[in-house]
Amino acid sequence: MAPFAGYDMPISYPTGAVEEHAITRRSVGLFDIDHMGQFEVTGPGADAYVARMVSAKTSDMQAPMARYSLLLDDRGLVLDDLFIYKLESSWWIVVNASNREQDLAWFMAHKTPDVTIIDHSDATYMIAVQGPNAIALLDKIGAPAVSALERFTWGRIKINSIDILFGRTGYTGEDGGELFFPAEHAERLWNFLLEKGAELGIETMPIGLAARDSLRFEAGMPLHGHEISQSINAIEAGFKWACDFEKDFIGKQALLDVIAAGPSRKLVGIEVTGGVPREGYEVAGSDGAIIGRCVAGMYCPTVKKYAANAFVEPAFAKAGTPVKVIIRGQPKDAVVVKRPLYIPAYRR
Amino acid sequence: MSIDVNARYAESHEYARLEGAAVVCGISDHAQAELGDIVFIELPAVGKSLKKGETFGTVESVKAASDLYMPISGTIAEVNGALQADPALVNREPYGAGWLVKITPADLSEMDKLMDAKTYGKTIGEE
Repeated sequence: MAPFAGYDMPISYPTGAVEEHAITRRSVGLFDIDHMGQFEVTGPGADAYVARMVSAKTSDMQAPMARYSLLLDDRGLVLDDLFIYKLESSWWIVVNASNREQDLAWFMAHKTPDVTIIDHSDATYMIAVQGPNAIALLDKIGAPAVSALERFTWGRIKINSIDILFGRTGYTGEDGGELFFPAEHAERLWNFLLEKGAELGIETMPIGLAARDSLRFEAGMPLHGHEISQSINAIEAGFKWACDFEKDFIGKQALLDVIAAGPSRKLVGIEVTGGVPREGYEVAGSDGAIIGRCVAGMYCPTVKKYAANAFVEPAFAKAGTPVKVIIRGQPKDAVVVKRPLYIPAYRR
Repeated sequence: MSIDVNARYAESHEYARLEGAAVVCGISDHAQAELGDIVFIELPAVGKSLKKGETFGTVESVKAASDLYMPISGTIAEVNGALQADPALVNREPYGAGWLVKITPADLSEMDKLMDAKTYGKTIGEE
């Protein structure tokens, strides 16, 4: 167990991190992610308010759509990344555990009189069901069928008589969904999912934080505090696609300035031979000069590679560029590679 | 947790087991369980002479990198090449196919200074 944003979270279950990763890629992984925060924005001004607060395009969003977005400050630095859901008459915003208090303060500080912000984090539990068999499992045990929902949409379903807001979203690169429901049913739903998986012969296992990290890493998804943070702007992290420059949003002008000047560093993937790259390790050019630093790194079980994400000088950002990663004082051969290492299911 | 009764143990959880003229060295079952899934192992060149307590390699698990320490002084006679392709052998068979190096001992009496299986078992909380 490890302390994580005030929660005790298992790094891995007895199954082991590498096998947990494999199970999620081949069948179904269950993720106990109650630590994630959920805010709801309501009121006549909600659409205009959300549009200004988040980077993503919101003008075309109607129920039941869901979308990835960034929360930026005036400098274009990344306060958090979010999933925003357009509900029947409000917005549902999912934030990271570590940033929940600060995000809420940010939302409140920019609130207009015509919106209400409700923090549902404590009352709401969140379980992710991810993997190629996840949708089949949920279809068999709940109703209505989630297979009828498109990717990045949501629906209201019932499993074991528990009312659930289901988003066909996730953080693993696999198909599946995320379940929001009243916290008092958490244990009952968790056990029901495991029992039904076993009963139906659909391999279903609990997945810990280590595999959650390697799954998201392979699929090219960022983790706040690593690929994105309050000292990293959206452009250098490669998130221009998550910003709608047709609208006005906090951080927009700063990002336009970065685009005009060109970013001073870029996020790249790096594959390493002869060692495991990890957060904080330096990256050097072929001449030995330090050109960047790893923000995450690990063994990637599905693609069977030792890889890092690193911020490097733009001249070294092209795929195929040979570099070195310094592992315990030893420069190891490495090469800049295209991200993601593993193509997520929704892009296949 | 299993403990090989034929091996002797260092406080840093490496085992040393005399086989003919060589000492087979690896990490204990307790150590592999504490480390979790092992994903990379760096081992020394054959022929390298190292003193007891010196670093001879690194084992990288999902969680972290850990140094490996010579349980006795000697020369590296052989390294386990199978670990390059399958480092998890150390998780599955720490005392068998997951051995790390074979050492030609410089002074076999150093084995006496290591813990026997019973004493090691007590240090890791097993009787």
